[in-house]
Amino acid sequence: MSQSGTLMGFVHRRRRGAELFLLLIALVVGIGAYAAVGLGVEGTIPTDIVAYGGWLAALVVAAHIAVRLVAPYADPVLLPLVAALNGLGLAVIHRLDLAYEAAGKDNHTFATQQLTWMTLGVLLFIATLVLLRDHRTLQRLTYTSGLAGIALLLLPFLPVIGGQKNGAYIWIYVAGFSFQPGEVAKVLLVVAFAGYLVLHRDALALAGRRVLFVDLPRGRDLGPILAMFGVSMMILVLQNDLGSSLLFFGLFLVMLYVATERPGWLIVGGLLFGAGALAAYTFVGNVQNRFNFWLHPMDYYESSPGSYQPVEAMFGMGWGGLIGRGFGEGMPERIIYAESDYIIAAIGEELGLTAVMAVILCYGLIVERALRIALISRDGFGKLLAVGFASIVALQVFVVIGGVTGLIPLTGLTTPFLSYGGSSLVANWVIIALLVRISDHARRPIPRMTDVNDDSDSESTQVVRLR
Amino acid sequence: MSELTLFLIRFAYLAILWIFVLSAVSVIRSDMFGARVPETARGAAPARGKSKAKAPTKRRGSPTHLIVIEGDNTGARAELADAPLLIGRGSDAAIKLDDDYVSTRHARVAASGDEWFVEDLGSTNGTYVGSVRITQPTTIGLGIQVRIGKTILELRK
Repeated sequence: MSQSGTLMGFVHRRRRGAELFLLLIALVVGIGAYAAVGLGVEGTIPTDIVAYGGWLAALVVAAHIAVRLVAPYADPVLLPLVAALNGLGLAVIHRLDLAYEAAGKDNHTFATQQLTWMTLGVLLFIATLVLLRDHRTLQRLTYTSGLAGIALLLLPFLPVIGGQKNGAYIWIYVAGFSFQPGEVAKVLLVVAFAGYLVLHRDALALAGRRVLFVDLPRGRDLGPILAMFGVSMMILVLQNDLGSSLLFFGLFLVMLYVATERPGWLIVGGLLFGAGALAAYTFVGNVQNRFNFWLHPMDYYESSPGSYQPVEAMFGMGWGGLIGRGFGEGMPERIIYAESDYIIAAIGEELGLTAVMAVILCYGLIVERALRIALISRDGFGKLLAVGFASIVALQVFVVIGGVTGLIPLTGLTTPFLSYGGSSLVANWVIIALLVRISDHARRPIPRMTDVNDDSDSESTQVVRLR
Repeated sequence: MSELTLFLIRFAYLAILWIFVLSAVSVIRSDMFGARVPETARGAAPARGKSKAKAPTKRRGSPTHLIVIEGDNTGARAELADAPLLIGRGSDAAIKLDDDYVSTRHARVAASGDEWFVEDLGSTNGTYVGSVRITQPTTIGLGIQVRIGKTILELRK
């Protein structure tokens, strides 16, 4: 796990020009969608397109300049992908705003708020890159960030600032703003897992005994995995949040597996999760409902906690077909929460399967880039960090898009970068900043060194060969 | 707005979306296969023996030896002409330190071009340049103190 950047014997180029080129197309994707929404819904290009496009371009160019200055070797594809998804999301939310306004609903300023959050996200992206010059400093904060992550998860239970919304205790309300601390907690927990596993992976990987062709871990090493299982069950039962519970536990299992290369952990974790899910299905009514709506959506269309929302989403996507109705021609406002959890259904209705495939491909590329960064990263902590972020994006996209399209039971999670939701957007921009930082380190050529000694006397410690 | 125009707009937008995705893929592709192979990697194996001779050319003002200026082995020195130098407690070290806080193979000093680098070899207690623990090969110059355990070394003319 030590040397691989030079394994293939080439030096990565900076590729900043390619990044700028992709960013320009990403801007066309974002601003073009905004113009298409105006043309489709109101019949003219919106009058504020210059201001809107200028603002979006300023944000993207600022992020690009920051990368150029402080992370010149960073991966060239991550930032454009995120910019395109965010721009598309903004336009779709704006289209839903117009529909809500026409329908006479109170809340129709989601797009403006989302643009504010995006601005904050880009500022945090730049700040992370400027302040954090070496991701390895995060390793010192292993336990601090783990503790902070769990504390953030508990915040919604506090009497004054916490509170429930739609039955889930995942929100805090401070000074008129609402925020989901769990979104920040997931970044902190990835840092904590990576720091913990990079130190303890030998104990987790090598100790243990073999039962029926499977290497089972030692009993005392089960501590952290049981603790993490407890945390995710706590989220499920107390916060009533199926999606986050799945996300945290899946994330932990993936990182454990990558760190130890031992499938035994996957089996143990899978069994634990299966048992937890079964218990939840038996004792938590909400989970049972979700399963029923998933298996027999049409039966519950008119009942009160019913499957109105997923069925409307399926109608919409079916009506959209291969190339969609076109902006302004569909009725995505019929789906409840179309701007957050169900945004992929709104895209499926008005832009069709073609666009949904493009969006999923964008997520696939983000995950691919993150795993690639993990492969070429030269330090174990960076590798695990990148794997953790990759699995967060992958799991989240799978859980939410799978839920919306009816592949798995629906669990409420935001679609990264597309959905309306400030906390999620901001946290995801920070994740991308950290990935950019790790990739800058991984792709930066190392200074040429001459070898210590060519005779390899095996009795002493092996020296890591740099070239 | 006519039906046809709307249809064309929709189609144009989907085309833009896919152009974006495909150009991202093509950048990734060129990133994988179009990378420049550096001079050192070309024929890496045969070049190894030669590279040893590539210590910086002697110039006035360039360092000539590495010396221990503080710690139990004060005064121990090694000529930079023998670079790369291994520092540690092991018997194969160019500067052998009797310091409990030093690892067997603790750090090494090597040249790259005209510059000298110190690199930590995964030691327990780390290598410090000034007051900063180094995590990657770090340039050192004349009179810059490198701390290893309780020992301090520096380059001298």
